Amino acid sequence: MDRRKSLQTLILGGAAASTGLVFKSCKTENGETIDEAIVESTEKYFGRTPKELDRLEKLKAEQLFNEHEMETIAALSVVILPPKEPHGGPIEAEVPELIEFMGKDIPEMAPTLLGGLMWLDHKSNTEFGTEFKSATLEQKKQICDQICWHDTEIPMEDQALEIQFFALMRNLTVTGYYTSKVGIADLGYKGNMPNVWDGVPQDVLDQHGVAYDPEWIAKCIDQSTRGTIATWDDDGNLLT
Amino acid sequence: MQIKESSEIYDVIIVGSGAGGGMATKQLADAGLNVAVVEAGPYFDPADPVTRTQLKWPYESPRRGAGTDRAFGEWDMSWGDWEVDGEPYTQEEGTNFKWWRARMLGGRTNHWGRISLRFGPKDFKGKTRDGHGEDWPIGYDDVKPYYDKLDKLIGVFGTKEGRENDPDGFFLPPPKPRLHELFYINGAKKSNIPVIPGRLSMLTKKINNERGVCFYCGQCGRSCSVYADFSAGSCLIFPAQKSGGKVKIFVNSMVREVTTNEEGKATGVSYISKDDRKEYKLRAKVVVLAASACSSARILLNSKSKQHPNGLGNSSNVVGKYLHDSTGAGAAGIIPDLMNRKTSYNEDGVGGMHVYSPWWGDNSKLNFPRGYHIEVWGGMGQPNYGFGWDANAMNKHFGLKVGGYGDSLRDDVKKYYGSVIGFGGRGEAIAYKHNYCEIDPTTVDQFGIPVLKFNYNHSDFEINQAKHMQDTFEELIHNMGGIPLSEKPGKDQDYGLLAPGQIIHEVGTTRMGDDAKTSVTNKFQQLHDVDNVFIVDAGVFVSQADKNCTWTIMALSWRASDYIIEQLKAQNI
Repeated sequence: MDRRKSLQTLILGGAAASTGLVFKSCKTENGETIDEAIVESTEKYFGRTPKELDRLEKLKAEQLFNEHEMETIAALSVVILPPKEPHGGPIEAEVPELIEFMGKDIPEMAPTLLGGLMWLDHKSNTEFGTEFKSATLEQKKQICDQICWHDTEIPMEDQALEIQFFALMRNLTVTGYYTSKVGIADLGYKGNMPNVWDGVPQDVLDQHGVAYDPEWIAKCIDQSTRGTIATWDDDGNLLT
Repeated sequence: MQIKESSEIYDVIIVGSGAGGGMATKQLADAGLNVAVVEAGPYFDPADPVTRTQLKWPYESPRRGAGTDRAFGEWDMSWGDWEVDGEPYTQEEGTNFKWWRARMLGGRTNHWGRISLRFGPKDFKGKTRDGHGEDWPIGYDDVKPYYDKLDKLIGVFGTKEGRENDPDGFFLPPPKPRLHELFYINGAKKSNIPVIPGRLSMLTKKINNERGVCFYCGQCGRSCSVYADFSAGSCLIFPAQKSGGKVKIFVNSMVREVTTNEEGKATGVSYISKDDRKEYKLRAKVVVLAASACSSARILLNSKSKQHPNGLGNSSNVVGKYLHDSTGAGAAGIIPDLMNRKTSYNEDGVGGMHVYSPWWGDNSKLNFPRGYHIEVWGGMGQPNYGFGWDANAMNKHFGLKVGGYGDSLRDDVKKYYGSVIGFGGRGEAIAYKHNYCEIDPTTVDQFGIPVLKFNYNHSDFEINQAKHMQDTFEELIHNMGGIPLSEKPGKDQDYGLLAPGQIIHEVGTTRMGDDAKTSVTNKFQQLHDVDNVFIVDAGVFVSQADKNCTWTIMALSWRASDYIIEQLKAQNI
């Protein structure tokens, strides 16, 4: 079964009209007869619609940066955010791959990225007689030091290209790292998994100098009753 | 091309499967009627693993959650946003209305904020109160029994507060406030602004054995795979099918018009199947429009016939008029006391605010007639594309340098994580006849159906209200010891008032009333002109309140459904 086709059938429901009954059996079928390719693509494509899938595949097939440019991006990203134990850095976070993809997904960024990479090599060749990626860490820092600060009173779009480029690379590197598995571990974010919220821990309340109002808390869910079916009296008072 | 006509005659055709259409489906099918639901988008079930986005991590996507394909980010469960491919809408020059359309079973209920507020007694009688707009032909007491039943059927958390214009209901207990919400409560107290637990339709407790209980991932916008939040599919349409109801769903079916006979009565609808791009006809005794306020108006206006030359139900020329959305403005501040947080715990909570501020002001002393409520956001949320952008921009508020690179960026990200609190003011706009949508005779969608053209401008009342919001936000940020993140928008920017439509609470285009000359439906949402056509979306709203519209859409749809059942029984329609 062609994966795209089967996905489309699954998502669109196939026929223009179906009764609830058909839907239900169709749904059971979804669960039971899904072939390997679809299971994989479900994992791979995180709930995309067929149209979104098409666009993703198209973007993935395009190449924005050549090998040298990808290496230069990688080299710059680890200067911007040096790897640190135990949660690695931009390479482990696949930051270069993200930058490649976003340059295609939001094509308005591409000229700044492509032009900035050229500027970087030109600058490095002029000052040190070598391409940026091959320069020493000290030399790389000397270049970055010239473009990593800017007058915050002047809007970014009015700044020189190399300033815009560095700011964009810094943003993409930081966002890329902190949206990766290693970066989220570094940040310490504990969510995105089933749990039972029962308020802010006491040590955190103490740290920030706030407290729960007992009257307020008395109205909140007693989590030991969350599995009990709610019933009310006629005035809307919860009985169970 | 011959139009294909089905031989089956349904009792009711329902156009649209969102809040209004879902409720009508449930009530009418439960009553044993033979129902056809016609939905312009594909089938969707929040439990389907193929389309699910809930609990996905940003790194599962090459764009890490960026909003390139979906305007509210790629996890948002809305297929269709401000733009729908091949289905344009146009604007009168100098105006700007934003129209969100979700093309999927369940419609916009799959991603909405689930803020489920009853309208209060004053909200139905705006004109009596301040002379603006129009009174509804019904009052709170007419709707209360339906709000009560709705609370129990769908589930909504909240608390009994005894506030005059924010009626209590049958609530599930709310979740405890998060850390930033405690700061908000304290800050608001200093300005005597009330704060009460949020009222949202998520199950903090079981209400039946069919739906799951909230597991606090904070992702209701992704539509809950265990049905612990409300969506029209999971809570209304699927249960209607499950209990044996006769519900036939036509997906990918774009309704062109309501068809009528020689007497001018509705005979059904014609629709374009998106699968084969052919036109079909369905027949029914009753047609219920629930396509959303503007889409239902569009269908009526496009349903022209000898008997209804001005469009169906439009002898009053009111269809499309009185379009209004909630007002909206926002602000955010960094709170130094919320910096350097421990990340030792999960504070995702429910997908929305655990606390909010209902309207507290006395409009007789203000230069705008209607109120607004404040929604609060903040906390240590899931990082997605854009997280850490301008990582140390807030350094400027503390006399530190902005920019640079190196290890310090890690420290900056952590220092500021969870330290920002933001507010959304959501208020009531006055309904005006001169704010409207109409058919643009020069433009059709890819199905050949003439599209809507919008013409909507804010009045000074909305702008004055936005100024009040900004002054309030500034005061709240100050009360919390915070620093505003951006400059306060001034008069030249209408005080940050968002474009109409952007709050996605558009209502009023087919308003109800006792007078057939100034309204489109009667108080049971039946067209004055055609007795077997009903409207159960927000088009029938005479006025939006300083509330959100969904809970009232559903209460009214239930009420209208009861009336339809009665009228069919009595053979009046």
